[in-house]
Amino acid sequence: MHLAYPAVLSALLFCTGLYGVLARRNAILVLMSVELMLNAVNLNLVAFDVWLSRTARETLHSGQALTLFTIAIAAAEIGIGLAIILAVYRNRGTSDIDRLRDTAEGHDGDTPAAEKAEATA
Amino acid sequence: MSPAFATAAAAAAPTHGFLSPTGVEVAFLLVGLATFGAALVTVTTRQLVHAALWLVATLGGLAVEYLLLTAEFIAWMQVLIYVGSVVVLLLFGLMLTKAPIGRSPDADSGNRLAALTVAVAAAAALVWVVVDAFRTTWIDLDGAASGSTKVTGASLFQNWVLPFEALSVLLLAALVGAIVLSRKAKADAANTGASAQAAPGSRSEKEGVR
Repeated sequence: MHLAYPAVLSALLFCTGLYGVLARRNAILVLMSVELMLNAVNLNLVAFDVWLSRTARETLHSGQALTLFTIAIAAAEIGIGLAIILAVYRNRGTSDIDRLRDTAEGHDGDTPAAEKAEATA
Repeated sequence: MSPAFATAAAAAAPTHGFLSPTGVEVAFLLVGLATFGAALVTVTTRQLVHAALWLVATLGGLAVEYLLLTAEFIAWMQVLIYVGSVVVLLLFGLMLTKAPIGRSPDADSGNRLAALTVAVAAAAALVWVVVDAFRTTWIDLDGAASGSTKVTGASLFQNWVLPFEALSVLLLAALVGAIVLSRKAKADAANTGASAQAAPGSRSEKEGVR
């Protein structure tokens, strides 16, 4: 198999995940896009590991070991991320990352006023 | 020497060519197209639960790609962990944050055009560089599978034992961290009383208290 096939598919999946991270508004959808990016990296690791184990007689199988580690770390990341999102949702009543602007710079004047208007409404 | 080389090159030429793809390449291309399409629907659909279900299609397609690359163990781990548990966790998260069933008009934020520009530019640059770099590189998929459970297990427990054990500590830390995060939220909810239970309305009440 030509090595460009998995590499191109991996690049396209990574950029799809990049678009999702930048364009999505719900925090859980952003987590899904992060999963897409991690899976693109996994596909790259597996493809290059298979290639190197055949051409360079590499017996360490570092690509597949790193893929397993990435899968485990992604599972841990999803657990922690969902716990954080649920805690934010309990406190704020939304998982909309455009509205979680407490630490944003440059809007010191208008943000409290807008939130007060929301609170009184 | 040179006739042998010529015959070897002639024998190798038809197997390594764009115009005569092997069956594995055709299968990889078709499954790859389906996977990429499912990924595109995942990041563009306006129905949140459908996004999670299309993510299942994407991850399952990637598992098939791993099988085609002869990495069996990774493929089954992908099915078990991603399709089995991560998507279920995501669906639980969607349900617990009261995601709307049906179309939600605010699934995408206002900077879609900028995101599209960045993603298309990154995709063009990456695809160009990758195709230019690996134009003459072929993976030899014949012979024994390089990612069978035996091979992967042997290399994992011969060369990667210490990272493996460190990973178990990381999983334990993540477990404890998730429990601590959700317990702390519960304690806060108990302190502020029953008003925090009505989650969508509680935001304005809390802001008013503040």
